[in-house]
Amino acid sequence: MTVLLLVPPVLPLLAAGLHAVFGWRRGTAWLGVLASAGLLGAGIALAASVSSRPRTGLDGFLRADALSAYMVIVIGAVALLASLAAPSYLAAEKAEGHATDADLRRYGMLSQAFVAAMALAVLAASLGILWVAVEATTILTAFLVGFRRTRNATEAAWKYVVICSAGIALAFLGVVLLHFAARHAHVPEAGALDWASLVRHADGLDAGVTRIAVALLVLGFGTKAGLAPMHAWLPDAHSQAPAPVSALMSGVLLSVAFYAVLRVRVIADAALGAGFTRTLLLIVALASLAVAASLLLAQRDYKRLLAYSSIEHMGLLALGTAIGTPLALTAVLLHVLGHGLAKSVAFLASGFVHQAVGSSRIEAARGLLTRGPLVAGCFGAGLLALLGFPPFSLFASELGIFRAGFDAGLGWAVGIALALLAVVLAGIAARTGRMLLGAPSRQPGPGAATIPAAPIRPAVSAALALLLGLAACAALGVTAWPLDSLLNHAAAVLEGRP
Amino acid sequence: MTETVYVQLLDLTCGALVLAAVLVLWRRDLRAIVRLFAAQGVALAALVAVLGVHAHDAGLVALAAGAGVLRGLLLPLLLRRAMRAGGAGRETEPLVNVAASLVVAALLALLSYAVTRPVVALEPSPATHAAPVAVTVVLIGFFVLVTRRRALSQVVGFLLVDNGITALAFLTTSGVPLAVELGVSLDVLLAVLVLRVLTTRMRAAFGGTDLDDLRELRD
Repeated sequence: MTVLLLVPPVLPLLAAGLHAVFGWRRGTAWLGVLASAGLLGAGIALAASVSSRPRTGLDGFLRADALSAYMVIVIGAVALLASLAAPSYLAAEKAEGHATDADLRRYGMLSQAFVAAMALAVLAASLGILWVAVEATTILTAFLVGFRRTRNATEAAWKYVVICSAGIALAFLGVVLLHFAARHAHVPEAGALDWASLVRHADGLDAGVTRIAVALLVLGFGTKAGLAPMHAWLPDAHSQAPAPVSALMSGVLLSVAFYAVLRVRVIADAALGAGFTRTLLLIVALASLAVAASLLLAQRDYKRLLAYSSIEHMGLLALGTAIGTPLALTAVLLHVLGHGLAKSVAFLASGFVHQAVGSSRIEAARGLLTRGPLVAGCFGAGLLALLGFPPFSLFASELGIFRAGFDAGLGWAVGIALALLAVVLAGIAARTGRMLLGAPSRQPGPGAATIPAAPIRPAVSAALALLLGLAACAALGVTAWPLDSLLNHAAAVLEGRP
Repeated sequence: MTETVYVQLLDLTCGALVLAAVLVLWRRDLRAIVRLFAAQGVALAALVAVLGVHAHDAGLVALAAGAGVLRGLLLPLLLRRAMRAGGAGRETEPLVNVAASLVVAALLALLSYAVTRPVVALEPSPATHAAPVAVTVVLIGFFVLVTRRRALSQVVGFLLVDNGITALAFLTTSGVPLAVELGVSLDVLLAVLVLRVLTTRMRAAFGGTDLDDLRELRD
């Protein structure tokens, strides 16, 4: 059993080690695909084996229940898409002179270690180890954000490390206080920060201390999840990182941080009743949606546009969690996977557009559908998915969250959220419409004539990643039956039922 | 160690901890700021050692030695190296001037006494009575982080936050579980290394480490 728990963090670490030894070449460039496929497989196997009861390994250091298994599947799925697209993306970066062989080697090491840290975060039995793993993701991705070493990339990396480390320090303050409360509730020293024992002893936790701890934990992990008010790093970091890294950061890293909030909520609700986290999460949810809507309206950069859309979706997750009924929680979990798939497709496609156009400004890209039907089509479809159009699964999950909100008597919050989503829809549609449709831009040709810009043709593996992601997202929207029982079990964990 | 000596040593080390943080607000010379940070690291180690001796816990004393090496020697050494490569040795005019900063520090101390009331109430021991001091250090660290404009002072602000949290962990319980403590120390060390490399890159790209230059990315 321990083996199955070890596979998700160890496989990517092995790949990182091989990159360190052999660098990034024709042979090793596909290691990431192998590792993420293994991760996905291990996630599915875990899901099958933990459906009856949670499993532990390594002397209780690692622990998997349905929620952890589900998160491993999400990490594996998005990492698979990102690593499929990475080789051709990086080959183009190198050909353009943006990256050297040493940079590519570092990319291979850091990106795989980053995936390993996320896998450890969702499988850690203890809140403390989860914190260590989440902070490790910040450190590992710092140089990936600053990959191009330009002024903008360096600035984004600095803000990213400083704001996220400071924010996550708040969460650690919460960890320390929760540990204090737990020791007073007679939780045994060895497992004082373990999720399972914290939930078991939650009713003995001191309310005053736990309240401060929970507020700090939500704010701290919320920083890393891109929730307002500490979201300022996100658009910079996600727009400057190489596309496969943006896909991983936006698609799963945010959700991994949000996973911590989900786990904390279980303890908080058992110790303090549902009102406290509900108020807290409603505030950050509506604030995040408002920030995203207002900054999307006048957005001039298509990568930043995707980044703000991530803040919007994290806000929706927080809203669903605040509602907190079984329907809402199941929808939140489905939304995590749907958003991960759609956002990574959109970011990967935007990376290829960026390489072809040479700028991430919206007005620089025109008539992309005629220049590169496949890339632009996938970019457009990804945007439609993110805006919540059927048949993609985000339609179903958003519908679930809103319906649950009305049922739970939070109609006013859902109403505000819907109004803000309408603004988001208008903003994204107005900004990207001309990017995709219309006549393609022309370049100066020989003499006074202009020639049409070169077509955008992605490599087969990259095209596969884009289509696979969209197909999975659409399939989940039509029917989520392969995940039904796993989602129900995971939602049960979130309701505090073991 | 008698109870009185214990309480006096506890107060002394906690006083040194918060004094170092306040002096960081006062000094503008980056070299002095790094020295103050090192002194705070030593005070933190002494605090943990006092708690360890009082509790007759050899493990805690060993942790104190580890904390002293990391926060009193290793991190200040890294900061000094970064500074030597950096050239400019003075903080530019901070967003909030020194006198106002000191007043803010006093207000932050009041705030931390207010917010830690439930913590003290839960276990009114001499050690938890000092918890507000640790939280004051955390808040001063955040204040340095948002008002200072040199890359290096921001890193020191981040490290003050970390020192304060570590002090709180030892004052309230005998520290977080060892595996977590080790992981956190490693993360902090790596974060400082990453920030050091980024400072070098920033200097190459912007010609300085004044954070006011970081204004290209905005909406």
